[in-house]
Amino acid sequence: MVALLESIEARSIGARLLVSDIDHGFVLHGDYLPVLDDVSFSVEPGEFVALLGPSGCGKSTLLRLVAGLDRPHGGSLSVDGAEVTGPDPSRVVVFQDPTLFPWRTVWRNAALGLEARGLLESRHDRVDEALALVGLEKFAKAYPHQLSGGMAQRASLARALVNDPKLLILDEPLGKLDSLTRLTMQGELTRLWQRRGFTVLMVTHDVEEALLLANRVIVFSDRPARIRADFVVDLPYPRHRDHPELLRLRREALGLLGLGRDW
Amino acid sequence: MTAIAEARSNSGTAPLLAGDDRQLHSLGLLVVAGFFWMALATLVVAWPDAQEVNRTELLGVLAGVFGLVQLAVSAGGWFAAPLARLGRFAPWLILLALWIAGWEVATAKLDLLPLPFFPSPQAFVEVYTDDWRKLGDSLLASLWLLLRGFALGAAVGFATGVALGWSRRVGYWIHPVMRLVGPLPATAWLPLAFFIFPTSASASTFLIALATAFPVTVLTWSGVAGVQTAYYDVARTLGAGSRFLILKVAIPAALPHVFVGLFMGLGSSFAVLVVAEMLGVKSGLGWYLQWAQGWAAYANMYGALLVMALMCSTLITVLFRVRDGVLAWQKGLVKW
Repeated sequence: MVALLESIEARSIGARLLVSDIDHGFVLHGDYLPVLDDVSFSVEPGEFVALLGPSGCGKSTLLRLVAGLDRPHGGSLSVDGAEVTGPDPSRVVVFQDPTLFPWRTVWRNAALGLEARGLLESRHDRVDEALALVGLEKFAKAYPHQLSGGMAQRASLARALVNDPKLLILDEPLGKLDSLTRLTMQGELTRLWQRRGFTVLMVTHDVEEALLLANRVIVFSDRPARIRADFVVDLPYPRHRDHPELLRLRREALGLLGLGRDW
Repeated sequence: MTAIAEARSNSGTAPLLAGDDRQLHSLGLLVVAGFFWMALATLVVAWPDAQEVNRTELLGVLAGVFGLVQLAVSAGGWFAAPLARLGRFAPWLILLALWIAGWEVATAKLDLLPLPFFPSPQAFVEVYTDDWRKLGDSLLASLWLLLRGFALGAAVGFATGVALGWSRRVGYWIHPVMRLVGPLPATAWLPLAFFIFPTSASASTFLIALATAFPVTVLTWSGVAGVQTAYYDVARTLGAGSRFLILKVAIPAALPHVFVGLFMGLGSSFAVLVVAEMLGVKSGLGWYLQWAQGWAAYANMYGALLVMALMCSTLITVLFRVRDGVLAWQKGLVKW
């Protein structure tokens, strides 16, 4: 009974994200450069949504807005009905670079969120759990410069998971990994998501990755980013990259990104 | 990983054998050095002095005992690896024996160099046997003054640097002052400081602190200002407040710079220490130098210079050890 309750709780921690009429831009050499143009969408609790678009189109900017690191110029963002006004540990970002603090061991890096909120004393074991979850328990005492790229990215994933995020924000988290590490990590990511039930918002420019991991893909146009398509990938996990439906969706997505004829 | 492992095994096995070879070679050289020092002892004792000097026997005994120690170490080196490693000093020891022999012959034995500017090795030894109390007091006085000033300057410089790097408003007020006053050598304040402060000790503490604070401030500031914004982003999304961002992100990230500042600050504090002690303070090694010059006691000056050099070198070594401990996470630290 208790176990059942716990599993229900674990499955229902995902956040609902509402993005409405977001406009944003930067001033570059005195000129205003629009980056996001009237972007609206919503993400249901527990969904895994991939934001797909050409590089430099403003997807990462959108993630920074959702994370609360920057404020949008127009429109509004809300998570579970509450307006996003600043960063919050329930919305954790995993960046493209692991950005581990080089002066801290892997364990102390993973403990960062708990320490920042003064919870480290009481929830010590959460750090060990998160490291075990990403398979780094043996490297708890290692320093970041002793890790490989994949291990460092796993450590940064553990640092995010320690905080029990309701919304996990992934900014091309696998972008800089070698292809083999990337494949394993893709599998690990979906398993983690299925097990924990949080909502995932992932930016990527890799069409295949988006289709393999996400159950919904939003395709953006070139800058200023507008939503060009929003489709559901209704395939069971684990997915196979040469599933005919996946190949068809891939062709479609590449067409939306303007690469249809050459592929 | 494999590349590293290979590199390590290369430098770990093959050259280690060569290193062993070299170690045996250097142990042989240590025997030679031992005999050089015994020969030096014989020269000192057997050759009658031309100058009027004391402590000739003591110098001979010291050289002889030192030579015997080297022979004992080279014998022990065959059995104990830590002793064998001392063999690398052998070439230096030989050179030192030759240099002291030449010095001894040119001064005490043949009286070729003019006194009092070039005292004999005996006179040098005599400084330590006869004046060790005053030298020791001077050393302690210098150390105490230096540490007070350095600690004060380092603390103020560190706090100022963090504030400058962190807050634009603090920067607005402090930056112009620092730009104007900072590059001024602390010694330029000397006449004024001795006039304004109630005691010469507090004046020189202030000057040493001033000399230390400037490099520490600038480097701490540049360290804090140069912290990657990505570190702050990560910490902020994990729920960090500004206190956490300063204490747990900005400061640790800036520490490598801070230590460069402390190193430079320590260097300039030495300069100010000596000048302050020569001009105003009535104790310390700088004062001892000045006092010895007044009596034309050149041997005492050389003796005090050696003590001072050892003190400065030791303090720098201590600083580097502390840094190595604190920054153990960094790769490729400069060895001192």
